[in-house]
Amino acid sequence: MIRFQKVDKEYDNNVKALLNIDLSIHKGEFVFLVGSSGAGKSTLIKLLLKEEEPTRGQIVLNNMDITKVKSRRIPYIRRNIGVVFQDFRLLPNRTVYENVAFAMEIVGAHPKEIRRKVPMVLSMVDLSRKASNFPDQLSGGEQQRVSIARAIVNSPPVLIADEPTGNLDPETAWDIMRVLSEINGRGTTILMATHAKDIVNIMKKRVVEIHEGRLIRDEQKGGYGNEIASI
Amino acid sequence: MAMRLRVFKNIIKQGFQGMWRNRGMGLASISSISAVLMILGVVLILILTINNVVLETKTKFDEIQIYLEDDLTSVDLDNIEDKIKDLEGVLSVVFLSKDQGLEIMKEGWEEESYLLEGLEENPLQNSYIIQLRDIKYAEDIVPKLKVIKGVDDVKYYQDIIDKLLVIANYIRFAGIGVIGALVLISIFIISNTIKITVTSRKREINIMKYVGATNGYIRGPFIIEGILFGLIGSILSIAVINYGYEYFFKSVNDKLYLLLTVYLVSPSLLIKDITIIFVAIGVGIGALGSIVSLKRFLNV
Repeated sequence: MIRFQKVDKEYDNNVKALLNIDLSIHKGEFVFLVGSSGAGKSTLIKLLLKEEEPTRGQIVLNNMDITKVKSRRIPYIRRNIGVVFQDFRLLPNRTVYENVAFAMEIVGAHPKEIRRKVPMVLSMVDLSRKASNFPDQLSGGEQQRVSIARAIVNSPPVLIADEPTGNLDPETAWDIMRVLSEINGRGTTILMATHAKDIVNIMKKRVVEIHEGRLIRDEQKGGYGNEIASI
Repeated sequence: MAMRLRVFKNIIKQGFQGMWRNRGMGLASISSISAVLMILGVVLILILTINNVVLETKTKFDEIQIYLEDDLTSVDLDNIEDKIKDLEGVLSVVFLSKDQGLEIMKEGWEEESYLLEGLEENPLQNSYIIQLRDIKYAEDIVPKLKVIKGVDDVKYYQDIIDKLLVIANYIRFAGIGVIGALVLISIFIISNTIKITVTSRKREINIMKYVGATNGYIRGPFIIEGILFGLIGSILSIAVINYGYEYFFKSVNDKLYLLLTVYLVSPSLLIKDITIIFVAIGVGIGALGSIVSLKRFLNV
């Protein structure tokens, strides 16, 4: 599903963000991406979203080589990936329903399909009652669930979550994790970058750790890791 | 195909929504476009009027008058007339005797014509008035006329027309220059206006990109917004120019004819051209302004 092969990323100012990354994620996996701030997690995600080009190596997504693609093709690659951010990134002047429908409008979905699918996804994240509310009328957890609904409404094979619980209290964070687990249970591959030690330790999923641009640990049913590496 | 159509419909819908949402900002764009177009209209009418003057003057002056020596027999006259008719570019030749000339003069002088009564002898000369097919033949014909035996003098108005043409050209160039500068200025204004709206919607654009919106999908509504601003601006200016000029025409045309023996271009002839030109330029400025302002934004 996702494969990095000997991927390096150097930024223009000679900062080596990623070094020799080899990583394979299979369909249906749930993978935590851990490491201290600035370790290279965000860069790895940016490479997948084609915000950045790798300096060396090869990246394959969904059996498609996305190492180098024309910028015209990038939107179509992104449609294979749902993204959830720490800061939710909802459109403030649109209702919950419209925020989710928006993702379907962009790809030209049939209005009938939109009317069928949006309520379905909203009920999945338990927000049916808030469909006509605006984002600023919702709590942080609710907003994040809207953004998850938006990320999965087009049924992408991969969901990337960049510190989705970073702005939430622990209890709400677990709500989000339950939703993500459920989505994973339906076959969506999930890659989640996080600093939430408890969540990683309790969930017992595959853990990939990055330290100073290198992949230093890849462990099935792993924990957050030793304190030294993660500081 | 149906999918593309829906996407297209979405883009247009969002363009209208965007225009409504940014109506305050849009007012600046619309008024700058219509101001430019109004000035354009005035310049255009000026140019057309001057063209008209030149054209009319040309038809008035595309005749040559030759004055004849006094003691010519009718055989001589026939000879001269035949020679003139043989020249290339001559449309017609009319003989004007000195008595006829005096009559015309008397009519022209009206009340003062009694002054002419006292003349013992007609001081005028017999002449031919030669109508040319086009003023451009004058240069060739005039020297040939001068050497015909019995021709005393040749008069024509090439100089005046040349000067007129030069002035008209200058005015045309100046007008085009002014219009060009104004169009550039309004593209600049539009692109800045759109840039402000784009900046205020940067977040939205960013989100759209992450959800997988193509550049066309993001750009489309802004371009349609710009086109709508241009369209409204052009309609406004068409109305103002049309009614304004009609009013001006009614109140000035007759007086102007008395003064310069020239008519203005009729408003009914103008309205169609002005509409086409204004809508094309207005829409063009709107679209170009949006494209210019969006160019930098989409390279993420």
